[in-house]
Amino acid sequence: MSVTAALDDRRHASVPIRGTDVAKRFSERGKAVVDALRGISLEVGRGEVVGLVGPDGAGKTTLIRCIAGLLRPSAGTISVLGLDAVRDTLAVRSRIGYMPQKFGLYQDLTVQENLDLYADLQGVPVAERPARYARLMKMTNLAPFTRRLAGRLSGGMKQKLGLSCALIKSPELLLLDEPTVGVDPVSRRELWQIVGELVSQDQIGVLVSTAYLDEAERCDRVLVMFDGQVVDRGSPVSFRERLVGHVDQVHCDDQRIARRIHSRACDLSLVADATIRSGRVRIVRATADAAARRTLADTFGVALEPAAPTFEDAFMHMADARRASNEDPGHHPVVGGSASHPVDAGRVVVRVRDLLKRFGDFEAVSGVSFDVCAGEVFGLLGPNGAGKSTTFRMLCGLLAVSGGEVRVAGHDLRKTSARARARLGYMAQQFSLYSQLSVQENLDFFGRAYGLTGRRLRDRVRWAFEHFGLGQRRNAPAGTLPGGYKQRLAMAAAMLHEPDLLFLDEPTSGVDPLARREFWQRINDFAEGGVTVIVTTHFMEEAEYCDRMLIMAHGRPLALGTPAEIRALARDDVHADPSIEDAFVALAEGRARPIDVTAASGDHA
Amino acid sequence: MKTLRRIIALTIKEFLAIAKDPKSRFVVIGPPLIQFFVFGYAATFDVKHVRYAVFDEDRSPASRALLARFDGSESFRFERALDHEREIPALIDNQEVRMVLRVPSNFGADLAADRAPAIQILVDGRNSNVASIALGYANTIVAEFSARWPRASAGSTVLPMAAVVDRAWYNPNFLSRWYIASALGGVICTVVVMILASLSVAREREFGTFDQLLVAPFSPTEILIGKSIPAFVFGLAIALLLSTAAVWWFDIPFEGSVSALLLILSIYILAIVGIGLFVSSLAMTMQQGLLGSFIAIMPFVILSGFTTPIQSMPDWLQYLTLLNPLRYVTAGLRQIFLEAAALPDVIHQIWPLALIASSTLTVAAWFFRHRTG
Repeated sequence: MSVTAALDDRRHASVPIRGTDVAKRFSERGKAVVDALRGISLEVGRGEVVGLVGPDGAGKTTLIRCIAGLLRPSAGTISVLGLDAVRDTLAVRSRIGYMPQKFGLYQDLTVQENLDLYADLQGVPVAERPARYARLMKMTNLAPFTRRLAGRLSGGMKQKLGLSCALIKSPELLLLDEPTVGVDPVSRRELWQIVGELVSQDQIGVLVSTAYLDEAERCDRVLVMFDGQVVDRGSPVSFRERLVGHVDQVHCDDQRIARRIHSRACDLSLVADATIRSGRVRIVRATADAAARRTLADTFGVALEPAAPTFEDAFMHMADARRASNEDPGHHPVVGGSASHPVDAGRVVVRVRDLLKRFGDFEAVSGVSFDVCAGEVFGLLGPNGAGKSTTFRMLCGLLAVSGGEVRVAGHDLRKTSARARARLGYMAQQFSLYSQLSVQENLDFFGRAYGLTGRRLRDRVRWAFEHFGLGQRRNAPAGTLPGGYKQRLAMAAAMLHEPDLLFLDEPTSGVDPLARREFWQRINDFAEGGVTVIVTTHFMEEAEYCDRMLIMAHGRPLALGTPAEIRALARDDVHADPSIEDAFVALAEGRARPIDVTAASGDHA
Repeated sequence: MKTLRRIIALTIKEFLAIAKDPKSRFVVIGPPLIQFFVFGYAATFDVKHVRYAVFDEDRSPASRALLARFDGSESFRFERALDHEREIPALIDNQEVRMVLRVPSNFGADLAADRAPAIQILVDGRNSNVASIALGYANTIVAEFSARWPRASAGSTVLPMAAVVDRAWYNPNFLSRWYIASALGGVICTVVVMILASLSVAREREFGTFDQLLVAPFSPTEILIGKSIPAFVFGLAIALLLSTAAVWWFDIPFEGSVSALLLILSIYILAIVGIGLFVSSLAMTMQQGLLGSFIAIMPFVILSGFTTPIQSMPDWLQYLTLLNPLRYVTAGLRQIFLEAAALPDVIHQIWPLALIASSTLTVAAWFFRHRTG
C-alpha cells in the first residue's frame, strides 16, 4: 500500500459522513413507485453542523435513516466514520447518536430509568455512567427532574431527554431529525446550545434536518432539498449574499394596512415571498433590478426600504423559482369568492373569564381571560403543552370547563342548542375528515351538515374546488391526498357554510414552510372578508398575522395584546428590534413584565 | 325539516363509510353466513351414529335378533365384533367406540326359559351428555326387543304392559335443529349490529372526526339516529335473511305471524344498537370498541337460553338474564316459528326489549357529548 493511499484511508476514517450518489426508491406492490432520493452526494466533517432544509416529502428523513443504517439505499454508497453504512450497520450504530422525529422514550419510566435503559442498550460501562449522566443533565438542565416520569415532562423537556439518550455513548456523529418541532422557543434555543457545545468540545459531526428556516442560520453549511435532490448547498452567509438587493420592507403603523399590503404582494408574480415580521411587511422580489422595486412602491403607494436578507428569504426565493418553472397552480390561491360579511367592529364575539380546567389535580389551564371582537384574527400562542388546545376545545364546547365562563356569540356551546354552532367553522389539529370518502363526498357531507342543499350546495362545493385547487382531485379518497391538500380540504370543509367565526387548531402544524405561507394568506383573505378567526399555533412568527394574541405557557396566560404591544415588552438595550419569539423568551425567563391580562381584556368588555 | 336533512346527510355518510371500508363490508357479510351454516349444522343436541362394538358370547338366534335392532338404528353405527373381553378397555380408551354391548352366553337360554336375561352396556362417560343419551336410546331398543320377543310359555298369554305413548308438541320429532335454527337470526344479527355500532363512534374518535361532528350543528339525538340507521338496516336485513334461510334451507316450520317477527326483531336490534353505541361512546379507539362488544356478546349468548335452558340456571343468574335482550328475542322467535305465535302472544317479550332499547339509546346519546378525553 502506498503512502498516499494510507493517508487517504486515514482521512476517510476521520470523515463522519461521506455519501456518494445515494438513491432510494420505494416500490411497494400495488402502490406508485416513489423516488425518495435521487442521487445525493454529501459530506459532513468533524466539528461541523450541516443542516438539511426542504419542504415535506423532500426526502430529509429518508436520507437520515439511510445514513443511520435503518434503510438500505437503492444505489450509491454511504460511508459513516470510515465504515460502510450498509455492511457494517451494527458497528456504525454503536458509534453514532440518532434522534428520530419521535424519540422512543418510555413514558412510564422516570427520566433516570430512561437514561439507564439506553445506557444498558448501548452498553455504556457502569463506571463511566455517573460522569456521563452528570454532564448530560447539566447540559440539559434536567437534573432536578430525574425522578419524574418521562410522560409528565413538557414537550421541550422530552426532546432534551431524547437528545440525552441519543448522546449517552459519546457518539462521534449525531443525526437529528427535526429535533425542535413543536418545542417552545426557550427549549429550542437550549437544544441548539447543547449541540453547539458538543461540536466545539468533542469535535463531533452533526447532521440535522429542520422545518424552522431560522435554525438553518445556526448551521455551518446547509443542504437545500427538493424532490429527493440537493438543489443547492453552501454556508448560510453565501445564501444570504445572493439575495442582497432582493429584499425590502415596508413600515406600517396600522396592522390592518400591513396585512392588506402583504395580501396583495403575495399575488404579484414579481414577488417571490412576502411576510410580516416585527410589524413590517418584508417583500422578497424575484429579481434584483430597481425597476421592479419602483413598480412595487408605486403599486402600494408606500416607501420601500432595503432590508438585510435572511436564509429564509433565500429559501423562499428558490422555492418560488421552482414553482414558477413547475407551474403548480394550487400554490397561488385564487383570492376572492368568499362572500364578505358585514363587520360590526368592536362587538365582542367571544368572551372568556377566569377559565379553569383541571384534569385530576393537574391544572391544565387557569386564569385565562380574553375577549375577541368581530372581524379580528385572534391568536392563541404557546409551545406544546401550554394549554392552548385545551382552551380551544373548551371554546368550541368539546370539553367541559372546571371553572370560569366561556361565551361564544352569547352562548355556552356546550349547553346551547345545535343551532348556535351553525355559524362556526372548525378545523381540528389533526386531519379530521373521512379518509375513505372522496373529496367531493366529504364536502357534500359537511355542506349538508350545515344545512346547505341543492343549488347552494353545488355552488359552494364548486367554490371550494376552485378556491382551494381541489377540482382535479375531487374523486380521490381524502386519505390519499398529499399533506398540503389534506389541509386545504379540511379548511374548505370548515369554510363551506361561510361561517362568521372560524376556529383553527394548529392549522400549520406539521406543514412545510411553503404550505404555511399559503395557509396564512387564506386566513388573511377570510379576515378581510369579515370572518372572525381564532387560531392556535406554536410558530411564534405566525403571531404577526394576528390582530391580537394571547401567549400562554404552562396553562397560564403570559401576555395579551397586539403584536406591537407584545414585541415592545422585550425591547431593551440588547434587543432594539425584538421579534415575537424574543418577547416569548423574555417573558418565559422573567426578563419582561407580562401585561396585566385582566386589565387588558377589561378594555373591551 | 333541517333536522331531517342533517340526519339524511349523516346516514348517507355512514352507509358510504361502511360500503367503502373492506373490513366493515366483511363484517356485514362474512361472519353471518359462516356462523349460520356452522351453527345450523354443527350445533345440535341430537346423538347420531354412536360407534359401538359387540361382544356376543351367546351367538344364539335371540342375541342376533337383538343386535340386528341396534344395527338397524340411525343412532348407532356398528364398528366391530369382539372375541375377547380384554379387547374392550383399549377400544374405549382410544375412543374407537363409545359403547360396547356385551351379551352373556346364557342370554338365549334365559329368554327361552322365561328368566329375565341380562345384557351389559359399557359406555364412555367422558362426554356425559352423549353417554346418557346413547344409554337412553339403547334402553329403548332393548325394551322394545323384550316386548316383542315371543314368550316361551305360549299358552299363558301375558298381556302387554300399559304402554306410554309420547307426543311432543311443537317439535314432534325432537329435532334440536328446530330449536337452534329458529333463534339463529336473532343471535347472529347481534354480532353484526354490535360490531357495526360499536365501531361507528370509536372509529370517528380514533381518526379525530368525532370532534368535527360535535362542533357541527348536530344534536346528540340526530347523531344517535344517523348512527343507528345503518346498523339497524344491516342488522334487520341479516336477521330476516337468516330467518328465511332457516325455513328454506333447514326446513324449520314458520307457523307464526310475519308482523310479530318484524316487530320483535326491530325492537331487539334497536336495543343492541343502543348497547353498541354505548360501548362505542366509551371507547377511545376501535380496538377498545371491538373488545367491549365481544365482552358483551359472550354473556348475552350464554345467558339467553339459546343453547342451555334458563330454568336450569341458579336463581340469582335467572334474575340477571332479565336484563339480557337476547333472552327475550330467543324466546320470542321460538314462539313465532314453532308455536304459531301472533303479535299478542309475544307482547310480553317485546315490552322488556322496548324498555332496554330506550334506556340504552338514551345513555348512548348522553355519552356522545359528555365523554371527552
